[in-house]
Amino acid sequence: MRKYTPKDNVQAKSYYTDRFWVAPRVPSEAIEEGSHFDRVVMAVADKVTIEEAFVQIGQLRIVVKAKDNFETLQVLRDTCGYKMCSELSAVDYLAKDGEFEVFYQMLNLDEAKRVRVVCRIKEGEAIESIVPLFKMANFAEREMFDMFGIKVNNHPYLKRILMPDDWEGHPLLKTYPVEGDEFASWYEVDKIFGKEYRDIVGPENRDPARVDRYDSQRFSRVGYEVPFGAEIDKENEKENPIKYSETFLVDYNTGSKVLEKRK
Amino acid sequence: MAQHQVNYASSAGLPVALTTVDHLVNWGRSNSLWPLTYGLACCAIEMMASGASRYDFDRMGTIFRASPRQADVMILAGTLSKKHSEFARRLYDQMTEPKWVISMGSCANTGGMFNTYATVQGVDRIIPVDIYLPGCAPRPETLQYAMMMLQKKIRRESANMNNNTKQRMV
Repeated sequence: MRKYTPKDNVQAKSYYTDRFWVAPRVPSEAIEEGSHFDRVVMAVADKVTIEEAFVQIGQLRIVVKAKDNFETLQVLRDTCGYKMCSELSAVDYLAKDGEFEVFYQMLNLDEAKRVRVVCRIKEGEAIESIVPLFKMANFAEREMFDMFGIKVNNHPYLKRILMPDDWEGHPLLKTYPVEGDEFASWYEVDKIFGKEYRDIVGPENRDPARVDRYDSQRFSRVGYEVPFGAEIDKENEKENPIKYSETFLVDYNTGSKVLEKRK
Repeated sequence: MAQHQVNYASSAGLPVALTTVDHLVNWGRSNSLWPLTYGLACCAIEMMASGASRYDFDRMGTIFRASPRQADVMILAGTLSKKHSEFARRLYDQMTEPKWVISMGSCANTGGMFNTYATVQGVDRIIPVDIYLPGCAPRPETLQYAMMMLQKKIRRESANMNNNTKQRMV
């Protein structure tokens, strides 16, 4: 039987979700004997233990142990012609597996082939830097540290790259709220004015449609008009509602038709 | 001698014009508003277009200055990130009085569509703003209209900045 989900607040959601939607999965194919990728896998397998290797959308994906990442990339660069590391980052699988997936996207410019080297590390573990092999890894590993908090051993200058140096938290973790935590929401106020100005500046307004009915400078008050910038006493506010016309031209409830009488 | 004598009090439009100090000073201020060359995001492209020949800010006496020491107006054109907020405030502090601020575009007004951890949710959290200019991004005509509104505002103000009711945060 299908899992029951309460439908009470279905209308409250602003977007539509298909209950029967299944995330598409890219089919993985076996490596053809004697192909380019077969030679790559054999060259890598001579040096390190490969946990898994298959082809997806014409790209090879090799899963290795985290301690073997440097050696794997060295083999790829020096013997297989993968001279370029085009991308390097991590994926947060902490909730699912308690692990990060670190991936290295390699490019062979001569044969137009790509290989993705993947390894998994536990939270709090560090990974070896590949800056001696690829200069681009310098910024990419700093970004990985900034966004996920993954420490990189033997990195020449491991420091935040996108967020400010005194930032707390790592924003690309799945546990990090997209609107920011307590620290993030007061960051600019604390930094510029100091913590004592939090009361003066006030909390962030995250609702773009918010209307403050006691702010007579920036919002109009239909039916409760006051002069511009007037102070409004919240307790003893004078009621001044809109008065609608009492004349019904056609009252369908009683059947009386003023319009016809006028004629 | 007597031929050239002019009765200044009775002859209007002759070499003397009578006005108040407020009018004279504000006439000067409002017709030479020099904004700071300071673009943050895509709104800055529209700001550049406003300054270029097609829309021609110069005809209003609005000439972009590359130094905050020489600028009167700060146009916050674009998304202000939290990392950059410190420097935006520093540039504002470096400007000499009297100074005015235009918050240009949705991002500068309220954070706009960047409802995230890294964006300041409205530049009025750190800088007192005179004109909020809506739009994403506002067209050059709109920015020029905002500048004209600011000129109107300045002409209403007192020449002595201490008499004005503009709220200073710090």
